Amino acid sequence: MKSRRSFFHIAKRKDDELPGWKAWGIRAISLILALLVCAVVTTLLTGLNPVSVFTTMIDGAFGTSRRIWILMQNVAILLCISLAVTPAFRMRFWNIGAEGQVLISGLAAASCMILFPNLPNWLLILIMCAASVAAGAVWAMIPAFFKAKWNTNETLFTLMMNYVAMQLVSYFVIVWEVPKGSGKIGIINQNTEAGWLPVIGGQKYLLTIIVVLILTAYMYVYLNYTKHGYELTVVGESERTARYLNIKTGRVIVRTLMLSGAICGVAGLLLVGGTDHTITSTIADGRGFTAVMVSWLAKFNPAGMIFASLLIVFLSRGANEISTIFGLNHAFGDILTGIILFFIIGSEFFINYQIRLSGRTGKEER
Amino acid sequence: MGEKTAAVEMRNITKRFGSVVANDSVNLLIRRGEILALLGENGSGKTTLMNMLSGIYYPDAGHIFVNGKEVVIRSPKDAMACGIGMIHQHFKLVDVLTAAENIVLGLKEPGRFNLEAVKQKVRSICSEYGFSVDPDQKIYDMSVSQKQTVEIVKVLYRGADILILDEPTAVLTPQETDRLFAVLRTMRDSGKAIVIITHKMHEVEDLSDRVAVLRRGRYIGEMMTRESSAEEMTNMMVGHQMKLDIERPLPVDPKPRIMVEGLTVRGSDDILKLQDVTFTANTGEILGIAGISGSGQKELLESIAGLQPTEKGSVRYINDDGSVVDLLKEDPISIAERGVTLSFVPEDRLGMGLVGNMDITDNIMLRTYRRGSMPFLDRRFPKNRASDVVKKLDVNTPGLSTPVRRLSGGNVQKVLVGREIASAPTVLLTAYAVRGLDIGASYTIYDMINKQKQAGVAVIYVGEDLDVLLELCDRILVLCGGKVSGILDARSTNKQEVGLMMTKLGGVK
Repeated sequence: MKSRRSFFHIAKRKDDELPGWKAWGIRAISLILALLVCAVVTTLLTGLNPVSVFTTMIDGAFGTSRRIWILMQNVAILLCISLAVTPAFRMRFWNIGAEGQVLISGLAAASCMILFPNLPNWLLILIMCAASVAAGAVWAMIPAFFKAKWNTNETLFTLMMNYVAMQLVSYFVIVWEVPKGSGKIGIINQNTEAGWLPVIGGQKYLLTIIVVLILTAYMYVYLNYTKHGYELTVVGESERTARYLNIKTGRVIVRTLMLSGAICGVAGLLLVGGTDHTITSTIADGRGFTAVMVSWLAKFNPAGMIFASLLIVFLSRGANEISTIFGLNHAFGDILTGIILFFIIGSEFFINYQIRLSGRTGKEER
Repeated sequence: MGEKTAAVEMRNITKRFGSVVANDSVNLLIRRGEILALLGENGSGKTTLMNMLSGIYYPDAGHIFVNGKEVVIRSPKDAMACGIGMIHQHFKLVDVLTAAENIVLGLKEPGRFNLEAVKQKVRSICSEYGFSVDPDQKIYDMSVSQKQTVEIVKVLYRGADILILDEPTAVLTPQETDRLFAVLRTMRDSGKAIVIITHKMHEVEDLSDRVAVLRRGRYIGEMMTRESSAEEMTNMMVGHQMKLDIERPLPVDPKPRIMVEGLTVRGSDDILKLQDVTFTANTGEILGIAGISGSGQKELLESIAGLQPTEKGSVRYINDDGSVVDLLKEDPISIAERGVTLSFVPEDRLGMGLVGNMDITDNIMLRTYRRGSMPFLDRRFPKNRASDVVKKLDVNTPGLSTPVRRLSGGNVQKVLVGREIASAPTVLLTAYAVRGLDIGASYTIYDMINKQKQAGVAVIYVGEDLDVLLELCDRILVLCGGKVSGILDARSTNKQEVGLMMTKLGGVK
């Protein structure tokens, strides 16, 4: 019978057991391990020097000031969409429709630019802001309303809304294509720059970054220090408690999702009006889904999302750079990204659980 | 018979959860032909200890001997192989299957599956010990006590001769409890070893042969039930002197406060939950509600609290100046703004009354967060109130920012009751306010309720322990299947009368 005693078992840590520095220590160790594994994989598969691969990654992300600006713009947009999905997630409403909400609001902004190119610029921008925020809010409100009224499954519903938005964008791209037959819209109002968001400080991306920083602070305060934020947390934790407190759950769901969609609308506006000045069906570039991961990685904390989105954007831009410089298949960069994310997410297991050797303590008792 | 043989011996069992030591080198002896009552306050480690016997937890250190041989129990299957079966507080049955199907579920018997043979064996077990189970009855058609019987037959079917029952009487009527105890005695006399975990002292005295006491994870001692009294056992459990009488001051100047008339509630499954319920709750009085669980207690309290859609009838609140507020017709938030303070301690503490993941301050704030016209939360006032509650009620917590789910059951309830009382209510509704609490915490709650009564609050107390209802309340309303079976004067009635009314309208045999 003795031999059946297992050598280790897994136990959940008490929440307060692990001091903050130790948790970060575990994360740091996992990052180092990830890099080691990446190095081994790199040498085995490509025969390249792993150190030069890593430096290339860093170079690709931070190498020149232009690269840093692009990195920061990418971080800002990803962060913005992550902020958007977060209130819904705190309410345990699994909104995976950010992709569609960004697309539809981008479409709204673009159509304003195409339809009213002759309005005074300030008025046009104002209309664009209103239109794209409203479009995002409505797109998120539809599944929220159905959830509140008939308890439909929000995950499926928001996912399906993505495809509807995508098809709408594809349709209007054909309607407004320039030149005819090219299948794309191209830069809108290239000569007049009507509806282009203003460039501040001579930096094309600065406006986006500032707007998203303001939104981060806003979301932090909204979630932690307002009655609305408190209500949506209660609704997410327990609908029965919400009923006990006479909180109108349906109203909170619709309200929160409208906020969620409105912030996606800002992301759509910044993409179309601020940087791209065009609309394509791939303008969101999967970030509506990546944002889900960012939000979870940061445990729905807006401040943590800054780092989470920075990490993800860094990895993807670094991976791009390796594949160009070393002439590798793009999949190789994805492999490295995958390894690093695997270790980072896996480290959460060791933060929440501990592995104890039990055979030893049994003997000590004798 | 002489010395009874040891069935299980646990030696130096230690179990830690993180930094908390749930069991600290506990020794326990379970004998055949004996009913052992395992006593201890909440968090004293009784259930943890038994879970290690039934294979749910694995001890960090120590040894377990069954029939004199050392064994390693790593799963419920291992426990079953040792003949140990546990009947949990929450039944683990599949509703849509029959009794017999539930009993064989998960068993791997050699040969072809033969349900007839199973039923035969179930019947023979039933007749041996005096159970009444119909093997073909579906679980969803069964009463709570029948389900419990199925659970017991299930472990007997698997050949268990060491039975552990975790608070088996919490959901039973007095009559059902008597029947269960009779069966347990038969099993003991046939040489089985039985362990029962319970908080009710009179049951311990009534049923057990021997008592083992745990306190704060340590084994304190044991005694023969015959040779000791409830006071002695309680003192051993809490570690100091306890007075076991609940005080019951006479109501001072009772006046009608809540008048319920013809209240009828239909549940979502279209079944009548309450039917034509009429009664009055007075100020300065505790009105007890007795009844088998699920007789409409929850719907009754939630109707008064304005949380339950009703079909017919009225619930009226009478102000001190005689003016009347109809609680069913108006919006609960606007009612509260007009100075009607209804406090409600629901049955489901962490699922309804409190939010487990929020800290104490945020939970105290649940009822008052709407205050003020600003969109921002004001946490200063709830924080003060939270530290008041913690101090006054002696809540054992590391701090105000501790999530309430990390507190023990008694402390969770103190936070909830503390919050409800802090708003200076005129009506206090409580559902199973001491369920799962140990003796010390229960008496704290009784004290708090009595103080409210003396302050002129109309208290409605839904309870399950008849002994407590009879000692604490002034009047007792007995519910039976959603109807009022009778309203009794608690000072002159007795357990038999209440028990009969619970099972039969009007209570006549």
